[in-house]
Amino acid sequence: MFNNFFHKMASPRYFYNISGQLIPWLAAACMALFLAGLYYGLVKAPPDYQQGDSYRIMFIHVPAAWMSMFIYVVMAVAGAIGLIWHIKLAEVMAISSASIGASFTFLALVTGSIWGKPMWGTWWVWDARLTSELILLFLYLGVIALYNAIDDKRTAARAVAILALVGVVNIPIIHYSVEWWNTLHQGPTVTKLDKPSIHLSMLIPLLLMAFAFKLYYAFVVLMRARCEVLERERHTGWVRELAETK
Amino acid sequence: MTSDSLPRAFTLLLKRDLTLAVRHRAEILNPLLFFVLVTSLFPLGIGADPKLLQAVGPGIIWVAALLAALLSLEGIFRSDFEDGTLEQFLLSSHPVSVLVIAKVLAHWLITGLPLLVISPLLGVLLGLPGDAIIILLITLALGTPVLSLIGAVGVALTVGLRKGGMILSLLVLPLYVPLLIFAANAVDTAAAGLPVTAHLSLISALLVLSLSLSPLATAAALRISLS
Repeated sequence: MFNNFFHKMASPRYFYNISGQLIPWLAAACMALFLAGLYYGLVKAPPDYQQGDSYRIMFIHVPAAWMSMFIYVVMAVAGAIGLIWHIKLAEVMAISSASIGASFTFLALVTGSIWGKPMWGTWWVWDARLTSELILLFLYLGVIALYNAIDDKRTAARAVAILALVGVVNIPIIHYSVEWWNTLHQGPTVTKLDKPSIHLSMLIPLLLMAFAFKLYYAFVVLMRARCEVLERERHTGWVRELAETK
Repeated sequence: MTSDSLPRAFTLLLKRDLTLAVRHRAEILNPLLFFVLVTSLFPLGIGADPKLLQAVGPGIIWVAALLAALLSLEGIFRSDFEDGTLEQFLLSSHPVSVLVIAKVLAHWLITGLPLLVISPLLGVLLGLPGDAIIILLITLALGTPVLSLIGAVGVALTVGLRKGGMILSLLVLPLYVPLLIFAANAVDTAAAGLPVTAHLSLISALLVLSLSLSPLATAAALRISLS
């Protein structure tokens, strides 16, 4: 029964219908959380005693950085599922995640840079976290470039899955090597948000934004996956029917 | 393959690749020349101040080694892919991952080992102290096989593509970051007269890890590229 459920879920046609119904709800929930998070973050939360108002960029920056790592893991897991059980939908999900993950990584880097200019006095520091985030962006770009370079999309998806798995093994190594490299070169001169604990009035908007970002990812990845499914299944009966009825 | 035994297949494959390389000497010489050229460009670009050169020397040599390895990577599978030999490997009864190790070992003997031999000369050119040069040799000895092993995954993924080269560097270079950090740092630390056992242990760990995982990933990638 368990198996049946997954096979039903993984059938492109079923997925297309279900995701079509889910997307509006996810999008609405995402918008609600976004508005709440922005309201609490920009209006309700008090200014920081050291950083003033400029800390508020963290309500975008921190969730984006979380998502950048989360999506890479999702991509690798989906890729592995696609490789092992030959579930096409998992491949579709993996590749649909790649460019969203890359955008979140880029967003985290840009917002970090904008925050760093007034705080650290420079746009870029070769700090451990910044550097591993930059390398993560390169890993995402590699995945996207490889997918686009291979003409046959099934082969491309499987190649990408292998690359994502190699990447996911390497991410902790890269992270720690970079951290270690940085601490070897210079002591912890860069102070991050290292207050003992974040105040509740700032934590609530942060978590709201984090959930909003998660939902954003959920509905955008479904939208992208639907397009991908349609493109891959364009020669099948149900897609033709769909095209004719519309 | 006339015999069914795996060790025999392994040595045959290794011998074949080495013979091919000896017949095309440019394959051995070009990456080497590139390595020396890139390294000697840096003093011209950043100035010949001995202190400066000594400070950036380890990094320069290692970055040049990465680039030289990258340049030669395609040779692991490209010609075998083009003449169909690779398909025969996949069809053979031997585990592909072991054959991959033979290919990578051959690639390392052809391109990695020469870098190792010439690197003391570059160390002297950049004014590294004697101890640092010895550590440079050790890091290159442990590290260049990692370059070939990780690179093999990238080549296996891109071998079917017409313009694989650019993508290959995008795939492989980020994965080289930890090795670059540990190795260049080891030489730096040795130049400062400090112990480097920890660095060398970490590089050895990278070697063991890539030796155990990368042949599997390479074999899987080859199957996909040839499907």
